[in-house]
Amino acid sequence: MALYSKTVMDHFTNPRNVGVIEDASGVGEVGNAKCGDIMKIYLKIENDIIVDVKFETFGCGSAIASSSMATEMIKGKPISEAMKLTNKAVAEALEGLPAHKLHCSVLAEEAIKAALKDYYDRNGIAYDESQFPDCSHCEHCQD
Amino acid sequence: MYVYADNAATTKMSTVALNAMMPYMTEIYGNPSSLHSVGQEAKEALENARARVAACLGCEPREIIFTSGGSEADNQAIMSAARYGALKGKKHIITTAFEHHAVLHTLNRLEKEGFSVTYLDVKEGHNITAQQVKDAIREDTCLVTTMFANNEIGSILPIAEIGAVCKEADVPFHTDAVQAVGHLHINVKELNIDMLSLSAHKFHGPKGVGVLYARRGFPLTNVIEGGAQERGKRAGTENIAGICGLAAALEDACAHIDENAAKVSALRDKLIAGLSKIPHSALNGDPVNRLPGNVSFCFEGIEGESLLLMLDMNGIAASSGSACTSGSLDPSHVLLAIGRVHDVAHGSLRLSLCEYNTEEEIDHILKVVPEVVSHLRNMSPVWRDLQNGKRQYIL
Repeated sequence: MALYSKTVMDHFTNPRNVGVIEDASGVGEVGNAKCGDIMKIYLKIENDIIVDVKFETFGCGSAIASSSMATEMIKGKPISEAMKLTNKAVAEALEGLPAHKLHCSVLAEEAIKAALKDYYDRNGIAYDESQFPDCSHCEHCQD
Repeated sequence: MYVYADNAATTKMSTVALNAMMPYMTEIYGNPSSLHSVGQEAKEALENARARVAACLGCEPREIIFTSGGSEADNQAIMSAARYGALKGKKHIITTAFEHHAVLHTLNRLEKEGFSVTYLDVKEGHNITAQQVKDAIREDTCLVTTMFANNEIGSILPIAEIGAVCKEADVPFHTDAVQAVGHLHINVKELNIDMLSLSAHKFHGPKGVGVLYARRGFPLTNVIEGGAQERGKRAGTENIAGICGLAAALEDACAHIDENAAKVSALRDKLIAGLSKIPHSALNGDPVNRLPGNVSFCFEGIEGESLLLMLDMNGIAASSGSACTSGSLDPSHVLLAIGRVHDVAHGSLRLSLCEYNTEEEIDHILKVVPEVVSHLRNMSPVWRDLQNGKRQYIL
């Protein structure tokens, strides 16, 4: 289908890092059934390095591809680098998304940040709240 | 194998329709309003097509107005009844909650102009009853407009009974019969229908051409102003090739309604029986009074657009009422209207069949859909929560 780039279709058809991590260091879930996309990210962190990452996604093709791409972009990277991941970078890595699908890449960024926030909370690490956007601020949840 | 199972969206043109069109694009390209012979030949074809369409619907040729399609016909029918009603101080319209947007958006516009609209509830049986219509009729009701059959979930409405109720109350009755014409027997006089909309491309005719049937004497308002075509009720040079294709396709469809319905409904029933075996799924629409070709399901725990993409990759063309496929934020208003909550409305699948589909194609769909549903459920956090008991199953 011409709706999506080849890279989106590749990540949708063969999504990387699907699954769960039972003993995850941090778990983040964003989105809701009303907006039609839910992403859940599991992180395994050792010495500030993301040694493993898995995802589960309920959503459209671009939501699944965005999750897959975002997990690939942070796997093996230090937390500091994962914190810098932007939705724009995810969308660019996917060779672009249709305008009305850009929120899928936003969800991917937010899911990863939610998982990192959970890791900080679990380990009593102080952080700056403003670094963690809340997905419910997205226009998709506002009537 | 590539299975086209999206016939409610549009159909493949039949050879009969295509052959009927060709001469009017190559040889007889005249304007029916012209006096010369090539124009008059086109005029003859136009009136011949009108008579044949009228015969298929059980009305007079002069009651047929050719339009650009179903949406234009819906707009004109509703606006005409509203303008006429307003002259008599009647500004109330009755419709259903699961109409096509061509009807709903036209009514929304009238609401802004001060009309009040009653949207009949369709949760019970995924259909309406004539009694609901009867109970909703008021002194100031100027129109009842209900679809003949629903495009997404296939429910066939009790049109004969609704027509009788409207006749008794002396309220004009319009039906958007885009999904029904060519597939069900329709006689507008017997059914007491005052106005009816149809579209050629839903029964193997060309796109861009449709019909508004309006009972003789019903005061029509123009949607398109201009020349005196279509007895002054619809301006613009007639789409002769399209109109000839429409007439040929309609005659062909009406001549084979019973055999096509028997074949297609058997394929439909096999598909419904097979898909019903997928756990936590539900059939949408009236299970009994149902279009021969419609199969509509909701599958819990997955989202429709990813389902469609995977089906397409596996050689199946289908459609869905999920938000992601509509381009809007909400899933289909039809699914919400029958009471499906957002969680499951997002996971809908519509397969719409026609007489060109085969038993082998149904077997292919029945092999692929359960695999794809299972694949998507296995990567869905919603499905995991349902299985873990953290979330309650709805279906």
